[in-house]
Amino acid sequence: MINKLKNPFRNGLGQLTIPLIAIIILVVFNLIRDPSFFGIEIIQNNDGNNVLSGNLISIINGASELAILAMGMTLVTAACGGQDISVGAAAAIAGSAFVKILKSGDSISGGKVLLAFLFACVVAMLFGAFNGTLVAVFKIQPMIATLILYTCGRSIAYWINGGATPTVTSPIINAIGSFIPGIPVPTPVLIVVIVGVIFKLVFRLTSLEIFTQSVGINGSAARLNGINSTFIKLLSFIILGVCVAISGSIGVSRLGLINHETLLLDVEMDTILAVAIGGNNLGGGKFKVGGSIIGAYVIQMLTITLYAMKVSSTDVKAYKAIVIVLLVVIGSPVVKAKFEKYMSQLRAKKAAVNTKGADQS
Amino acid sequence: MMKNNGLRKEPVSDTQLLMTITISIFVAMYLMAMFGLGGGFLHVQQIFDMLNDNASLIIVSCGLTIVMIGGGIDISVGAVTSLVVMSCVLYLNRGGNIFVAILLALGIGLAFGVVHGLLISYLEIQPFIVTLAGMFFARGMTTILSVNPQKVSHEGFTALRDTKIEIPWLGYTAKNGNLVPARMELGVLVAFVCVVLVFILLKNHRLGRSFYAMGGNQQSALMLGINVKRTRFISYVISGALSGISGFVFMMHTGAGNATNAAGMEMNAIAASIIGGTLLTGGVGNVAGTFFGVMTLTTIKKIVVSSGLNDPWWQNITTGGMLCFFILLQSVVLSRRNGKKKTL
Repeated sequence: MINKLKNPFRNGLGQLTIPLIAIIILVVFNLIRDPSFFGIEIIQNNDGNNVLSGNLISIINGASELAILAMGMTLVTAACGGQDISVGAAAAIAGSAFVKILKSGDSISGGKVLLAFLFACVVAMLFGAFNGTLVAVFKIQPMIATLILYTCGRSIAYWINGGATPTVTSPIINAIGSFIPGIPVPTPVLIVVIVGVIFKLVFRLTSLEIFTQSVGINGSAARLNGINSTFIKLLSFIILGVCVAISGSIGVSRLGLINHETLLLDVEMDTILAVAIGGNNLGGGKFKVGGSIIGAYVIQMLTITLYAMKVSSTDVKAYKAIVIVLLVVIGSPVVKAKFEKYMSQLRAKKAAVNTKGADQS
Repeated sequence: MMKNNGLRKEPVSDTQLLMTITISIFVAMYLMAMFGLGGGFLHVQQIFDMLNDNASLIIVSCGLTIVMIGGGIDISVGAVTSLVVMSCVLYLNRGGNIFVAILLALGIGLAFGVVHGLLISYLEIQPFIVTLAGMFFARGMTTILSVNPQKVSHEGFTALRDTKIEIPWLGYTAKNGNLVPARMELGVLVAFVCVVLVFILLKNHRLGRSFYAMGGNQQSALMLGINVKRTRFISYVISGALSGISGFVFMMHTGAGNATNAAGMEMNAIAASIIGGTLLTGGVGNVAGTFFGVMTLTTIKKIVVSSGLNDPWWQNITTGGMLCFFILLQSVVLSRRNGKKKTL
């Protein structure tokens, strides 16, 4: 007991240890390799705005979609004890819906962008509800239930576009994808902050966090305590749907076009990885959304570091895999237990030496 | 134990029930295609074509079924297949020996299996993350080896690739009066051998039964005296070795290495196992069902193509729809059975 009280680091940050260590290692590695890696400068972009630029900015900016998806995925993981592998496909559908509305008239106004985004949200929430129903009502494991949408999602996106990859050109879309004139911070970063604040507020003002945790730890026990576990699971998938719509819209705005095959390709794997690096148990239960967000930035920082080391974009995966394995080995329960045993032995030895010294004096 | 003395029938297990549903749906679907669409479906060659195209998928699915019965998952199989194809192609093009190439294929597969098994069973890391890393590593290594497609020019290998088993009595008479025999590739034989071996292992061997015990309930398996860690380790090693074999078979089918080879194969293999009645929670499954799962998936795709839905998206959308149907069906059937058990 006393030991636990004495060590606030272990109590408060226990879950966040691994992602924080990973970030520190990456930062130190980059500083040694190239001290100017984290330099930030203000440059003028093509539109004549003064904007921030540098590797750090591109890391934070590039991880935006991943961070938003990771927040939603954390909830699904915690409530259902499984992962949604269809987020990339669903984002392609949401992006297609977004573009469909934008292309429906002649000009693109602010109101229309909002309407298109809301439409994308509704579509993504419907698909989320479909996944959620399979998981919550029919009691199918999340990975299998979402395998359906994973298989056909990108084809549905293709179908919505009628077999084309339409482009959208508008100053508003450009502002969402890169910079709002006058603000030097990339817009996707601002959106991540907004989404993060909303998550924090929801957790503060409602009992969603504690309900999700209890459903994830033991669904039937939660049900006996009066929590509608079916609804909580369904809700987590619908919230993930909103996150998917936001990232899909950002992805489309970034490129100014919708390509159903390449939009957020393989993002489902990175998202699950972000959740795992964040120290969340993939089997459900306790969770920290903050950990997943840090996990998303770890992955992006790793990718940018590899790019900076002139690794080609197709080869990055192999190096990423090595780092992932190293991270999970350090974080594995067996290694942790061994390490703690070794540390306590060391401490006991020290104590023995101390008492011996005290006796002699 | 009660003896089966004719008065009391042994109840059908979940495994058998799900497999029976799959096989009957496959047969019904194929018959429907035969009478409704005709054409290629009337020839035996259609089945052989489906086997030729999917021999490597069948082999990979066998390994995945074992892992899934044990309560795990291996999503690296497609990527390992692709890596094996690329390395063997490059090796053969440098004037290598075919037997060494086969050993190379097995070795790469085994190496992946051993590393996965060690990390998952002895370090207790989540299988999804470990095999995801394996998948990234294998895909990355494939592009490091070569980004451009490579064709095999090795003479001995091309001879092996073009060897086809011809079965005249299953053939058909073409319009010009010539007899076209049914053609089967060597890879299909390998796939059959794998299916039969895995079937016997799961059905009659002590190790195979302990996969079921481990997947059904790990705690009880431990109490029965099963070395759960070693059993789990072996399941991943088998899956890895089968991915290696599958890579060689894939190469025998395509005769070329490409960075995008076997893309999405892991998900197809998982889908085939599920359609065949394997549960991802473990403890339930059958490799014969998996075989019919692969055939069902392929039949759906063939039906979509031959019924004139030419737009590129229909194939995947119907596959997804069928997958949804099978998954729901399994869920309903199993929950009804379990509900009945509770009331009894």
